[in-house]
Amino acid sequence: MKCACATNYNTVRMMADTGSEEIAVIGNTDLTPSELENNIKNTMVEKGTTLLKRMEISVAEAEKRTGKNAVSMQETYTVYLIETRAVDAASEGANPAPDSLWRRYSEFELLRNYLLVTYPFVVVPPLPEKRAEFVWHKLSADNMDPDFVERRRVGLENFLLRVASHPVLSNDNIFYSFLTQEQSWKEVVFETGFQAKADSRLKALNATFRVKNPDKRFAEMKHYGDELQSVISQLLRVRARVADRLYGVYKVHGNYGRVFSEWSAIEKEMGDGLQSAGHHMDAYAASVDDILEEEEHYADQLKEYLFYTEALRAVCRKHELCQFELEMAAQDLTSKKQQREELATGTVRTFSLKGMTSKLFGQETPEQREAKLKTLETQIEDGEEMVKEKNAECEEFVKNAWVDIERFKEQKDRDLKEALISYAIMQISMCKKGIQVWSNAKECFSKM
Amino acid sequence: MMSGTVVDSSSPTAAAPDDISGSVLELDEDEDLEVFSKDTNFMDGSSLNTSMQTSPGSMVNQYKFEEEEEQSDTKDIFVTVDNPESHVTAIETFITYRVLTKTTRSEFDSSEYEVRRRYQDFFWLKCKLEEAHPTLIVPPLPEKFVMKGMVERFNNDFIETRKKALHKFLNRIADHPILSCSEDFKVFLTAQAWELASHKKQGPGFLSRMGDTVRAVAATVRGVRNRPEEFNAIQDYVEAFSQKMTSMDKITQRIIKEQKEYLEEMKECGPIYTLWSGSEEELVEPLKMMASCLDRCCRDSEEHTQYLSSNLLPILHEYVLSTETLKAVLRRRDNIQAEFEAKNEALATKKTDSEALKEEIDKLEDKLEWANNTLKGDWSRWQKSMRSDLKAAFTYTAEKNMEYYEKCLAVWESFLLSQRTEASEGGDRDES
Repeated sequence: MKCACATNYNTVRMMADTGSEEIAVIGNTDLTPSELENNIKNTMVEKGTTLLKRMEISVAEAEKRTGKNAVSMQETYTVYLIETRAVDAASEGANPAPDSLWRRYSEFELLRNYLLVTYPFVVVPPLPEKRAEFVWHKLSADNMDPDFVERRRVGLENFLLRVASHPVLSNDNIFYSFLTQEQSWKEVVFETGFQAKADSRLKALNATFRVKNPDKRFAEMKHYGDELQSVISQLLRVRARVADRLYGVYKVHGNYGRVFSEWSAIEKEMGDGLQSAGHHMDAYAASVDDILEEEEHYADQLKEYLFYTEALRAVCRKHELCQFELEMAAQDLTSKKQQREELATGTVRTFSLKGMTSKLFGQETPEQREAKLKTLETQIEDGEEMVKEKNAECEEFVKNAWVDIERFKEQKDRDLKEALISYAIMQISMCKKGIQVWSNAKECFSKM
Repeated sequence: MMSGTVVDSSSPTAAAPDDISGSVLELDEDEDLEVFSKDTNFMDGSSLNTSMQTSPGSMVNQYKFEEEEEQSDTKDIFVTVDNPESHVTAIETFITYRVLTKTTRSEFDSSEYEVRRRYQDFFWLKCKLEEAHPTLIVPPLPEKFVMKGMVERFNNDFIETRKKALHKFLNRIADHPILSCSEDFKVFLTAQAWELASHKKQGPGFLSRMGDTVRAVAATVRGVRNRPEEFNAIQDYVEAFSQKMTSMDKITQRIIKEQKEYLEEMKECGPIYTLWSGSEEELVEPLKMMASCLDRCCRDSEEHTQYLSSNLLPILHEYVLSTETLKAVLRRRDNIQAEFEAKNEALATKKTDSEALKEEIDKLEDKLEWANNTLKGDWSRWQKSMRSDLKAAFTYTAEKNMEYYEKCLAVWESFLLSQRTEASEGGDRDES
């Protein structure tokens, strides 16, 4: 590892802070009285268990509210009811009413941003989409549409459950408060000072830089994330078009229903058969609505992983950033060491402006040189410390991040396999319905 | 073969053939289902250049109905249309079709005939039959003109569809107790090209045909005074039925279109899953299986749509066309009645020459009675035919739909099976 000075002390501090502070929460028993009050249990979670094992969490309802926004304009928004209940309480037979509070989507976003900044080595679960995308034409893209709101409610619950079952995230205090503290939660979040970290993180992640020795695994993972994103996007687009077409096929059959009904009026022997067959055609046409609603659920499962790729990419980027800073620090240290060597031996091995100017305008005095050397020595010492720190940070990050990536991979394989299976089950159900309807129709025809 | 005497249409005083309705074409339901399934295979076999099965046994299933249930097979004439060929001359390009006939009827000199006919010839036959039997319901021909121009006319699908329709046309005539005995029909089936041409030149000349037309037009203008109620009922029915059939035709075309578009989109799914499997490790098998299942479902969907196009749609379309025939038949009947009524009125006003006129009126009265009876008889026959045809077509469509869904069901169940097998091999997994 080369040694160099750190270029950005803020980033260093951020790394140091997040490295030590939050992880220290786990197993930290130094709680303030207020925090104690807010806990259901008096003892904090031991490392390795998740909140979900102790607490039932659900997003039970959604409601429309109107109010004034930041710029004093009237707005309508939706709030979601988060219900929590201790698992023990339920098993004790008492079955108390759950605690509950209302949260807006923007508060979920705030929570997630906090988690992203605070745990950069975690592939943070995504939120359901803000605006309806990849919709087929009969499905509303309106955020206020009740079906959209309902699917969002499910998505938000899913988000909370994923966080609550995460070995690291579930132990976070802010998350816990999100679930339980009705008042002033926002203030508490802002007090953590994460906003400043968020801004610098955003800037750093969006900057372009080249890393000389990235960890191969992370590079591969990032590439995988890109591929997954691309393939799921394609799938969602095609699925939306297929849904459109399927809708068309089923609905046109409704016309058979209408015509059979009219036709039956002019027939004697065939009348009854036609009439009842017509009803089945109507039923067939109507059945597509349920079918497509179930299909929407499959699309939502895919969407979750589409959004997960962003989180995955962010972790890989973070690794690159760490690595880049380490390389910068090492590079800086090397150049400082080189300067020292040149100064000490009086030879100029590499071109430097200082060297040239001193050649042109005469050598420095020995005292000046001594002073310079001394400064350089200090800088080199600091630089070596810096590189050591950065190295340790990088290693720590890589270790933690890779653990979470492995966890994510297993989860992803499990979930997507389940999703494919549930898609197949859905198709089977659709086929069975089709067989039933046409079997009924056939019977009617046979009575014609 | 119909029992009783062959009715000679040129002598209106002959007894009304009231046993037409008697020769009820009792269609056994199961037989009909067989008809369609075998029919399809049969027609598929007779495409542009394959030699087709020509044994009477295979022809039996074509368009079969029994007059008496004890007799297994009373059909004694089998006609097929196949083998379209393109002919290019200096003036025009046209298609001829091979018409194959096998028969045991005594009126035919031979038991097997093979001729080539073009659409014009079929049209000629239809006109002759309508001329000879103005109040019989002659089966419909596929449309004469195609709106879209030359290219469409020689499109393979168009030729195939027309060929099947012409086949149906001839078979319906062959099955008709009266029409099948027509001399023109016999000539059509047996004559060589030059013989047919020469036969066409015979018969009522141009002027006499003109005379008929003028009389017909005059009759139309005059109108019918007292149309019997039953024919009013038939008229109303035909009007409504025509509308319904047109709707059914349009709806079916629309369904086919939507299904084709659905298939186009579905075809893109499989490849994406295959592409995805390239990035995965654990998920490779399920993703590949997914792609394979989707491809299989696409093939099933394609087959299903093909069935609708080649079976359900043609029969609906045929009945749309037949309503035109029905309307024409009713009009002709009306004309006969109008002519009779006119002469009657003339008798009331004229004082001289009443004997000759009376004789004419008597003839017309007989003609009218005969026309009404043949129409009633054939109408009843047409209705039964329509009911059984459409019932069979819809039933079979329902079965095809069930078959499609059953195939897809099997595909997806195989997917589940493959995943469960993998899981049990791989170790513990919750089976939900």
